[in-house]
Amino acid sequence: MSVLVNKNTRVICQGFTGKQGTFHSEQAIAYGTQMVGGVTPGKGGQTHLDLPVFNTVRQAVEQTGATASVIYVPAAFCKDSMLESIDAGIELVVCITEGVPTLDMLQVKMVADSAGVTIIGPNCPGIITPGECKIGIMPGAIHSKGKVGVVSRSGTLTYEAVKQTSDPGYGQSTCIGIGGDPIPGTSFIDCLKLFEADEQTEAILMVGEIGGTAEEEAAEFIQSEISKPVAAFIAGGTAPKGKRMGHAGAIIAGGKGTAADKFAALEKAGVTTVRSPAELGKGIAEAAGW
Amino acid sequence: MNLHEFQSKQVFNQYGLPVPNNRVVTTSADAAAAASALDGDSWVVKAQIHAGGRGKAGGVKRVDDVETLTHAVGAMLGSRLVTIQTGEQGQPVNRVLIEETCNIARELYLGAVIDRSSRRVVLMASTEGGVEIEKVAAETPEKILKTKINPLTGLQPYQGRELAFGLGLEGAQIKQFGNLLSGLATLFIEKDLSLVEVNPLVVTHEGDLLCLDAKINIDDNALFRQSALLEMRDTSQEDERENRAKEWDLNYISLDGDIGCMVNGAGLAMATMDLIKLCGGEPANFLDVGGGATKERVSEAFKIILSDTNVKGILVNIFGGIVRCDLIAEGIIGAVEEVHVNVPVVVRLEGNNAERGSQLLDDSGLNLIAANDLTDAAQKIVAETGKLS
Repeated sequence: MSVLVNKNTRVICQGFTGKQGTFHSEQAIAYGTQMVGGVTPGKGGQTHLDLPVFNTVRQAVEQTGATASVIYVPAAFCKDSMLESIDAGIELVVCITEGVPTLDMLQVKMVADSAGVTIIGPNCPGIITPGECKIGIMPGAIHSKGKVGVVSRSGTLTYEAVKQTSDPGYGQSTCIGIGGDPIPGTSFIDCLKLFEADEQTEAILMVGEIGGTAEEEAAEFIQSEISKPVAAFIAGGTAPKGKRMGHAGAIIAGGKGTAADKFAALEKAGVTTVRSPAELGKGIAEAAGW
Repeated sequence: MNLHEFQSKQVFNQYGLPVPNNRVVTTSADAAAAASALDGDSWVVKAQIHAGGRGKAGGVKRVDDVETLTHAVGAMLGSRLVTIQTGEQGQPVNRVLIEETCNIARELYLGAVIDRSSRRVVLMASTEGGVEIEKVAAETPEKILKTKINPLTGLQPYQGRELAFGLGLEGAQIKQFGNLLSGLATLFIEKDLSLVEVNPLVVTHEGDLLCLDAKINIDDNALFRQSALLEMRDTSQEDERENRAKEWDLNYISLDGDIGCMVNGAGLAMATMDLIKLCGGEPANFLDVGGGATKERVSEAFKIILSDTNVKGILVNIFGGIVRCDLIAEGIIGAVEEVHVNVPVVVRLEGNNAERGSQLLDDSGLNLIAANDLTDAAQKIVAETGKLS
């Protein structure tokens, strides 16, 4: 098993014929993802990467049976693209694009929740179940099938977590990059719930960042609801207050959201924490007793 | 993006939020004329910078005659104001706001932010205006009244009444406050704000509500559709290096240490800074080169890092991912040659063709030190910059 995506997941791409959409769809196909088509308004009826192009998500869903969509359109159009996917009956929407306005996401999240649709991102690397399905921009080769569920707010730092769990042979069940924005479609808690219920996942590695209180909320949830071992790292211990560290969500505001607060909350919940990003693998081994 | 107080008040005006009559001047010679266009015979002079804490730093003064006014304006203009929210360098004062005074009966607080936990715009009001609201929130959270905007319905009149009665307002003030709150909510959503604050919102002796201060932050991600606000941008209030980096799509934040950092990805960049600190060093900056670590962008990144004269060494940490590491190595070598980097550079490359990349670095004949892993890289740069005991 795995969570959210597997070898049977049928995926379409919005922004399919664009530069990013093309490149990453090629990579996904090469990895073995069941890409079944794409959407570019005005190019419906064409063939791209040997797959059908549709004018609308609804047509794509009707004709391919897709249940997941990955979005590579510019930030200004992401709200529209996500809402179109939700309306067309897509169950899992993965938005890679960086720079989506926060108020757009506020509305999209509300619609997605009421429709029972899962949104991953925006501003994220995507989701991968090693050996089965890769949706996003992560390098497939560093992943290996295994027992660690990885959930992270960052992109390349997720790759670090993956490499450090692949090298010693633990492997990953599924890796979810939830993204660095203030309003992510999927939260740490959503992912923790999924990993707890997944048989393949034996331990959970959580990579957080400064800003907001998502990690503190996750810590509370772990304490009451999660029985599997959890290890965590929080990036940004050296970041000064009031300076936004790249991600829209990574800012210590009003004295809240410091790495120290988050480490303390996680430790209180019985999570194994590591202070060095080079010790993510070591942390998960210690938490799980491997 | 931040606005100045005078700009925030212009925006307030557009949304029917009452602000004192005011004028903005850029030379002290204009001060007297500005004052004569305003009512009353005393004024408040306020330095316009992108930082709070101005009052305690001498950036806000009440004056009772034109001579003192002109003098106060002249003293502020051209100076750098240092407050608890600015760095040691302070922020340049290029504009001064001259405002009518009022008779203050009560000082309240009003603000709005996006609450990440509830995923709503939250409006906040408090009877404890005029002081640091973070302190009120920490010590007496019950004194902050909150109400959330439902994205479906928008703000409803009952929410204004709830807050107004909670603040102890009465009579005509209830309706006035309701209008004010409604304007604030509309402003927040129409202008894509990430924060708006009125501190203090005063009740005058005459019983009217007046926004004495105004602070607006705009969601950077939404600037593409807020052209009128974008025109208000004041780059003199921003860090020059950070702006130069933005032009190249690099994300740079200057810090106080001496080890320059160049990393791909914001999370990994923060984590790299953390690791440098764990190894006994101090990072000089945060720098995310993003996905396309091309020679041009890496060159520009080196230039920006090196324009900070405190930098004694640079750590490059790239997790190649899909991009081949030998191509990145070539980019780094080309950039180091072009920019004439004269400090030690430790490079950690991970991902596709990482070994070939490291070999290229070793063979380049340049002062490039290849590192085996993350910890090794941090230890090497700390040792190179002479911090390791």
